[in-house]
Amino acid sequence: MLVRHQTRLAWLLVLPTLAAVVLVAGYPLFQVIRFSLYSADIARVRPPKWVGLGHYAELLRDPDFREALWNTVRFTAGSVFIETVLGLVVALVIHSQFAGRGVVRAAILVPWAIPTVVSAQMWKWMLHDIYGFVNVVGVQFGLLSRKVAWLARPETAMGALIAVDVWKTTPFMALLLLAGLQLIPDELYEAARVDGAPAWQQFLRITLPLLTPTLTVALVFRTLDALRVFDIVLVMTGGGNRTETLAVLNRRILIDFQDLGYGSAISVVILILILLFVGLYLHTVGRTLRED
Amino acid sequence: MRWWPRTMVLSLLVLLWFLQSSGFAQGGVTIRIVTDPVSSPAGAWAKGRAEAWARKTGNRIEVVDRPQSTTDTLALFQQYWAARSPDVDVYMIDVIWPGIVAPHAVDLKQYFTPQELAEHFARIVQNNTVGGKLVGVPFFTDAGLLYYRTDLLRKYGAAKPPATWRELEQLAQRIQEGERRAGRPDFWGFVWQGQRYEGLTCDALEWIYSHGGGQIVEPNGEVSVNNPNAQRALERARSWIGRITPPGVTTYQEEESRNVWQSGNAAFMRNWPYAYALGQSAGSPIRGRIGVAVLPRDERPQGRHAATLGGWQLMVSAYSRNPKVASDLVRFMTSVETQRSNAVELSRLPTRPALYRDPAVLAKNPWFQELLPVFTNAVGRPSAVTGAKYNQVSEAFFTGVHEVLTGQKSAQVALRQIESRIRRILR
Repeated sequence: MLVRHQTRLAWLLVLPTLAAVVLVAGYPLFQVIRFSLYSADIARVRPPKWVGLGHYAELLRDPDFREALWNTVRFTAGSVFIETVLGLVVALVIHSQFAGRGVVRAAILVPWAIPTVVSAQMWKWMLHDIYGFVNVVGVQFGLLSRKVAWLARPETAMGALIAVDVWKTTPFMALLLLAGLQLIPDELYEAARVDGAPAWQQFLRITLPLLTPTLTVALVFRTLDALRVFDIVLVMTGGGNRTETLAVLNRRILIDFQDLGYGSAISVVILILILLFVGLYLHTVGRTLRED
Repeated sequence: MRWWPRTMVLSLLVLLWFLQSSGFAQGGVTIRIVTDPVSSPAGAWAKGRAEAWARKTGNRIEVVDRPQSTTDTLALFQQYWAARSPDVDVYMIDVIWPGIVAPHAVDLKQYFTPQELAEHFARIVQNNTVGGKLVGVPFFTDAGLLYYRTDLLRKYGAAKPPATWRELEQLAQRIQEGERRAGRPDFWGFVWQGQRYEGLTCDALEWIYSHGGGQIVEPNGEVSVNNPNAQRALERARSWIGRITPPGVTTYQEEESRNVWQSGNAAFMRNWPYAYALGQSAGSPIRGRIGVAVLPRDERPQGRHAATLGGWQLMVSAYSRNPKVASDLVRFMTSVETQRSNAVELSRLPTRPALYRDPAVLAKNPWFQELLPVFTNAVGRPSAVTGAKYNQVSEAFFTGVHEVLTGQKSAQVALRQIESRIRRILR
């Protein structure tokens, strides 16, 4: 009786939150899925027309969509991989004891604290082909034989975007992983040292396994962000030079072309893609966690 | 209860102040207008003019901000329109938008007489009329121009600006080599707008039209873009990059090219008239050394001079609560007086032919008079014939051209693809 009463109270207390979630997330989601089945313009000048799965069939044939999908995957794989490796290195370094550690920990957060549009515009100028800092310094120190228009060439544009994203997001990765490192008890390392395990073995046998939960969370976060990448691309290349990602394509269709139906279909695909990745992570990494 | 009267007086004062500031105590209404971004010189100028109108008529004005980019601006406006929002009364709209914005505009014919409209360039009024509805009143016009450095032309022995593209290429190369030898490694011959955006459509239309390659989609609806003259034009533009044009040009919009030009690092520039006033402003390194001419044409007989028509109109929102008062603001902002001020302060082109003989305007912009034929014959982008689908057509075009400029596709292949994409969009 008491239990049932408590359960009811619990539901009652959760209700406002649930209502808010349904209102701000559920309803728009429902609308997007609904619109993806209609042919409609965003200003609703003409009444929407039912097309069923027509937009999804069209997506399969659309070369722009295929390219955007490939670019998104390219960007995500490149940026998340480098950010994770670099983030881990940085986390290990600032986890160790050294003078001025507090200052360094605060300082590495600066790139993360700058709004993305601002840092993207800043890097766009730094990569400028004539007066950009990267080119001027690169030529001065003989690293570049001549000035390079980084963002103007399809071969270098995506790399430049990934580099900027790495610059911005590595601190975030490092901070998350640092928190994970601090959870690992020192006794384990002590025991390993007593047993004569070399540093690399300590890393592989202690640090990495115990860091896995944190690593998973960090990877999920970063992958979701990278799959939806928008601001860096829009500011730095406007989607030109083989850098248009799904979110940028989505905006182009939805806003520039006012095509609410087709644009919503792309939104749904992005959502499915993200769910797919989350499922994959939880399946592979989550299972090993449960086994432990 | 000694504090009671004091509190009473205080709250009355607060109430009065509130009523005053919210407009109850005054007559007139509040009109909200969007023109240029408020942080730009043009935005500050427009605010000043609109406030002058407010003082004259006893109304109030509120200036609403907008993004720098034209594309983003349209996106913002569409959010207002989709919501049927009365929050903005007067919008400044691009010359290519009438087909898109027509459903959200008041027909200004009910507030403007035919005589008033006849004082503007007829083809702009025509451009702004969609299905018999006057969507906007011309505010200022724009045309692509060739900027050149008078001092460098003299230094390298050219009597007048180049009339053909070949002349421009040769002269640009000569000046570029000379300046680089003189110790300026970052000097380039010719800068323009090559990023994948609407501005590239403007530049490329000029190349193609000046080679006798038509205007992408002809007024009768024929998709003409895939032809040998257009191919020649695109191949030529591609050949400039790395030779007389910096490789980064495929990321340049207007301001990026103006930055290279105004810092003295280019001999020629393609840009809109606004760059003139900025180049001649105090503190500009090239002040007093700027010449303006019509853009070159192909040296073969079918070559014709071309300038893409740009420019902005003022539109009254169909969702405005005070369309009549708003149209009076539009009348003031498009008046002789305001357009003269726009020309003198910002060197933006009036839409009233009479102002091209105005002494105050010509004193500041002597080249207006000579280039009047260019402005009156400017080539329109195919926005009227493609209507609400213009953005898609333009995107297909500038994406293809950009692929040629970045060397991903040959001009021949790209033009064929542009043609089939536009056909599909217009179907």
